[in-house]
Amino acid sequence: MLLKTLTEAFGVSGQEQEVAGILREQVSPFCDKVEQDALGNVIAVKSGNEKGPKVMLAAHMDEIGLMVMFIEKSGTLRFRPIGGVDPRVLVSKSVYVGKNRVPGVIGAKPIHLQKREEADKPFDIDGLFIDIGAKDKDEAEKLVKLGDGIIFATKYEDIGNTRAKGKAFDDRVGCAVLARLLMMEKRWNFTIQGVFTSQEEVGGRGAQVASYRLEPDMAIAFEGTTASDVPGSKDHLYSTSLGKGPALTHADASFVADPRIVKRLMEVADAKGIPYQMRELTTGGTDAGRIHLVREGIPAGVVSVPTRYIHSPVSIIDKYDFENAIKLMAAFLDSIEERGLPF
Amino acid sequence: MKDLLKKLVEAFGPAGNEGPIREIIRTEVEGIVDEVKVDALGNLIAVRRGQGPRIMIAAHMDEIGVIVTHIDEKGFVRFSNIGGISPFMLIGQRVVFANGTLGTFGMEKLDDMKDLKLSKMFIDIGAKDEASAREKVAVGDIGAFCREAHFQGDRVIAKSLDNRAGCAVLVKALKELAGREIPNQVYAVFTVQEELGLRGARTAAYAVNPDIGFAVDVTGTGDTPEAPTMAVKLGEGPTIKVKDSVVLTHPRVRQFMAEVAKKKGIPYQFEILERGGTDTGPIHLTREGVPSGAISVPTRYIHTPSEMADMNDIENAAKLFVAILEEQLDAAIL
Repeated sequence: MLLKTLTEAFGVSGQEQEVAGILREQVSPFCDKVEQDALGNVIAVKSGNEKGPKVMLAAHMDEIGLMVMFIEKSGTLRFRPIGGVDPRVLVSKSVYVGKNRVPGVIGAKPIHLQKREEADKPFDIDGLFIDIGAKDKDEAEKLVKLGDGIIFATKYEDIGNTRAKGKAFDDRVGCAVLARLLMMEKRWNFTIQGVFTSQEEVGGRGAQVASYRLEPDMAIAFEGTTASDVPGSKDHLYSTSLGKGPALTHADASFVADPRIVKRLMEVADAKGIPYQMRELTTGGTDAGRIHLVREGIPAGVVSVPTRYIHSPVSIIDKYDFENAIKLMAAFLDSIEERGLPF
Repeated sequence: MKDLLKKLVEAFGPAGNEGPIREIIRTEVEGIVDEVKVDALGNLIAVRRGQGPRIMIAAHMDEIGVIVTHIDEKGFVRFSNIGGISPFMLIGQRVVFANGTLGTFGMEKLDDMKDLKLSKMFIDIGAKDEASAREKVAVGDIGAFCREAHFQGDRVIAKSLDNRAGCAVLVKALKELAGREIPNQVYAVFTVQEELGLRGARTAAYAVNPDIGFAVDVTGTGDTPEAPTMAVKLGEGPTIKVKDSVVLTHPRVRQFMAEVAKKKGIPYQFEILERGGTDTGPIHLTREGVPSGAISVPTRYIHTPSEMADMNDIENAAKLFVAILEEQLDAAIL
């Protein structure tokens, strides 16, 4: 199952090769050209009418995680975050270090040995380390090296009736949406530039250079986005809710969506009876923030799958939102074939 | 100038919704330039063709505002900021949406005013329930402050002097130059989304690919009681920018600007803005780099609905632009 394979893959920012390999294998049979650029973006093109517009669809391959920064004499590893990691969620988690997946545990001083004032506050990164079972530095160095990425050891599981839990739904669920669109037998009469981007979590870096190269007429980024429809959160601060359909963005910290694209997305969703919701917060950013400012400017939008507990070792999505995101985008692409670009 | 400025500051144009400002400016400049075009992000580019170096002059059209994020079951509207907004500044203010709907700002009960945040505030549009609220506004709608411009002596008090003052300066300069031969090709760019991170200027500068760039915006002052230290005063002339958070202006460009001002007897002040940026930032980093400068209009109470500037500074900023564009701005000045 694509979603399971993708979320369990190793792909800390800058080390997306495993995810790239999976996606290339999946989409290549359906695309005219699949290549990788200097920053590791996978660019999969489904060509249409040469005179038709070029539509870039982007989803980022990288996930937040950690990186090995120092190996102690004792063989334990010191690390630093890659992307937006909340240090309070790290202690006692199982992890894999490096692409060879050396198993480890994020350790800390046990509660018996903590001073009162230490016990009262969460561990920060400096108080944590990773134990890979090595008895000293020499043994550790045979297994891992400085710069190795570290991912959470989380298995994908279907839970409840329609939901799934796993790591890295941000943004493997977006990758799955894009892969499924590219893998449709249908061909559109314009060119689709599918880009599985690198290094979004550290600043939309892959998307920036890919869109410079591809010069699309418009772009849509697919994301796993914040859903805070949980106890303790007031309903005006939910951002999105699970099960209410894919979320459309008007504006976030990185861009204002092109209103003509948002309007077209709403029109096709209403016409096809596909549920959708508006993202009700303006925090956060996506690849679209970088893409829309490239060269002379590229009109852009974002379609997201709501994701609870995002940027943590395990998050939850509703598979209906995922399926509806694909349906909505397929209908949007059909509308470009029928009516042209929304501007 | 007063009429133009009044029209511009009172119009609706928060970031991402610059349409009404764009139309006012289009009407003003059509016929006095060779071409008027709008790019993918909504920047309006007014071109004066001819010989000589390509000069970009930019003023942003957008103003700060608020964006609707949620509508509750009682019809109260939650919102977030578009650009730099202090929650304290909102109390007692009115907001207007593109369709004319008016609202006032309210806040949740707070034990200490220091705890005031935008997430504890809401907009009350007088709706009785959610359904009637949704008839007036939708999530994603952007609102702007609602204030008339008032002219008093040499001074103007208005919303959105940041940066309709700059737009007025550019329009006035283009009008002065209309029909006159000048030794430069001028690309006057009225940019979008400056308040959200200098966005429009970046893509416009890439397209224009200028030899030299200028922006005109407002800047702070240090001339009010217990003000932060800043050697800029209202009424002492437009400023020639030396530095802000995103640019150190090209030393020869700013020196040249000062020489031109002296020659023409236009008053000016040098400006170092400790916090804040302008479109000059993205312009000077475009492609292989663009020598750039900036002119600012000294303005008090920036990012409030009641900003204050001196009309003489605005007039003189336009004069300074005219004088600069009459000089051939080729590599010899650098």
